Amino acid sequence: MGWTRKILRVDLSKGSCKSEPLNMEWAQQYLGQRGLATKYFVEEVDPKVDPLSAANKMIMATGPLTGTMASTGGRYSVITKGPLTGAIACSNSGGHFGAELKMAGWDMVIFEGKSDKPVYLWIQDDVAELRDASHLWGKTTWETEEMIKSGHHDPQIRVASIGRAGENGVFYACIVNDLHRAAGRSGVGAVMGSKNLKAVAIRGTVGVSGIRDFKAFMTATNAAKKVLADNAVTGQGLPKFGTQVLMNVINEMGALPTRNAKEVQFEGARKISGEAMHEKRLSDGKANLVTNAACFGCTIACGRISQVDKDHWSVKNNPKYWGATGGLEYEAAWSLGAADGVDDLDALTVANMICNEDGFDPITFGATVGAVMELYTMGVLSKEQIGIESPFGSAQALIEITRMTAEGRGFGKEVGLGSARLTAKYGHPELSMSVKGQEFPAYDPRGIQGMGLTYATSNRGACHLRSYTVASEVLGIPVKTDPLVTEGKPGLVMAFQDATAAFDSSGTCVFTTFAWSLGDLAPQIDAACEGGEGGWTVERLAQLGERIWNMERLFNNAAGFTAKDDDLPLRMKTEPAKTGPAKGLVSGIDKMVPEYYQLRGWDKAGVPEKDTLARLGL
Amino acid sequence: MQKSLHIDPGKCTGCLQCEMACSYENYGVFNLSKSRIKVFNFEAEGRKVPYTCTQCAEAWCMSACPVDAIRIDAATGAKVVHIDVCVGCKVCTIACPFGTVNYVADSGKVQKCDLCGGDPACAAACPTAAITYIDADWTGLDKMRQWAGKTNTQPRASA
Repeated sequence: MGWTRKILRVDLSKGSCKSEPLNMEWAQQYLGQRGLATKYFVEEVDPKVDPLSAANKMIMATGPLTGTMASTGGRYSVITKGPLTGAIACSNSGGHFGAELKMAGWDMVIFEGKSDKPVYLWIQDDVAELRDASHLWGKTTWETEEMIKSGHHDPQIRVASIGRAGENGVFYACIVNDLHRAAGRSGVGAVMGSKNLKAVAIRGTVGVSGIRDFKAFMTATNAAKKVLADNAVTGQGLPKFGTQVLMNVINEMGALPTRNAKEVQFEGARKISGEAMHEKRLSDGKANLVTNAACFGCTIACGRISQVDKDHWSVKNNPKYWGATGGLEYEAAWSLGAADGVDDLDALTVANMICNEDGFDPITFGATVGAVMELYTMGVLSKEQIGIESPFGSAQALIEITRMTAEGRGFGKEVGLGSARLTAKYGHPELSMSVKGQEFPAYDPRGIQGMGLTYATSNRGACHLRSYTVASEVLGIPVKTDPLVTEGKPGLVMAFQDATAAFDSSGTCVFTTFAWSLGDLAPQIDAACEGGEGGWTVERLAQLGERIWNMERLFNNAAGFTAKDDDLPLRMKTEPAKTGPAKGLVSGIDKMVPEYYQLRGWDKAGVPEKDTLARLGL
Repeated sequence: MQKSLHIDPGKCTGCLQCEMACSYENYGVFNLSKSRIKVFNFEAEGRKVPYTCTQCAEAWCMSACPVDAIRIDAATGAKVVHIDVCVGCKVCTIACPFGTVNYVADSGKVQKCDLCGGDPACAAACPTAAITYIDADWTGLDKMRQWAGKTNTQPRASA
């Protein structure tokens, strides 16, 4: 059955932990993880709720394939209303934490209320209790994980925690598990911090046994693993270069937003690329990349484990950054690098480490630093205000601002607002490269038109992981489309959004979709889960994805979002790309959105029509 | 031909497919805590090392067992725990120098790798060939070839 059929409800106000049966009727309609947890969330939480109030809830949810032998089956998602955006937030993470939650016997944990003092949730199989975390408050995620493991005398415990950023209310604080995997975006860590919940620690020894048909499941997962192994992206490119395989590719396409998206190509891209991570440094003769690494159950292993030069100025006399740890993925290399004009690979790696250590999203953070650097260049912000000279390209400024933000010190408090609030405060809201308050990632909508629509319509604010049309527009998966045109993109974006919502609800990683279609996912889910008459088919999963998308949209509309929020920053529409294949182009977002609404079955105001909702059972 | 598990930690990504395969093979459940092979993560060094019983020829666990519950499988050479005989005294866990015989509180017996009767599930599940099941006489061959390749000799001139 895939599901454990058990959820844990934690009332932080009362200090209680209660077991409830999973709503199996909803599981048939929303599968698990993103879909099912969002269903619980929208049923229980007022869309107008203040994200940082006790009335907001936060759900950690696994999917039916989490904790199984399905490749990449280790994912969990955090669903809440995000403080950065005010929209539905759903952040997905790998590592080992999600599988441990499932192996302890739980499909999801719902947190409600607010504790009056710092606590952490301790789960040992069917026993769950809140414990005092006053000794952990003020600690980093790295210290917290270490202290919990040593406190319980068990190195096999898995921990998800917030660092100082989550405690300090950084609007884009994340939840970090297994030291360097994160439910990264939309500020889910700030919600956790607002509830005085420092960490969740789990030891699961029950295991996952409720597979509907084990034999069919092994056949299906083995076939799907072979598809991943035989595919050039998932079998070769990602293990060798990680997502950083894209840095040079996207730069050459003229779609690498550079210096707060003033430009679309970065002259330093080569120096911060996946290829550069393999090269030996001149300073110490070692490469930045130590090895690749897998999350739980993953046969791709795109993760980067990096080590910086001990004598690099940013870590001198600071041994805690000398060991190997999570290295740069493409989005972080872009946000800390190209978006700020910084080309010092080790400095970017260290900034990324600090983001992991104190738990904040490097995409929003790096993009916010880009906006700060532009304001500095314009003379709006001074060295005295920021605390350091901050022109584009200054690795020193990047590192110092990263530290200030991690520690909640000085100008770091303002950087912790994110670019939308910060630029508005200084009178230049147009300089925030964001949608619905969330910064867009490493693909310029002028050079990859489909990504513009992806950002504009994403239910959690600008994001690449809601419909990764880069796969089609750049890599030709499943079919090659022209990145420079808008024709056909609304349909493409919609198909990607629906399929991705299904993958995000299954417990597997969206990176499998470089090789897998729903046709590879469906047999695995069908073998794992009871699906009633007809079982779990491709068509059913696609419609389930569409149902989830519309459910999220309804929540956002009720929260106050309207069609005018499905738009891109003015710069994307008025300042043409200066170089590269997209030279002279702006985003055609205004052409794409109306067609997208029509295809979605939404009215001109972006509200789902009655027929659409009826068709989807909403 | 006797075969043995051959582990190349340099190829391990830490995905734990081997641990799940082991628990599924032996207990019909995906449960890391029941696995007889363990992957250790040396975080700061970026190293991940799968580790399990190497099936010692002169097996100390077997010698130490007071009730003769650990016996050699003639087909595979594996030292196999006979659950119906084991009394859970744990002396084998003390005798084993490598810690690869483990007590299971649920059953009150010990468990160790038995090579799955000659088709180890961990090796089959490993996506990177970090765990292979090969001719026992040639477990070091790849390493020999690697080092041989580093010897500094010039190709012989043909004339």
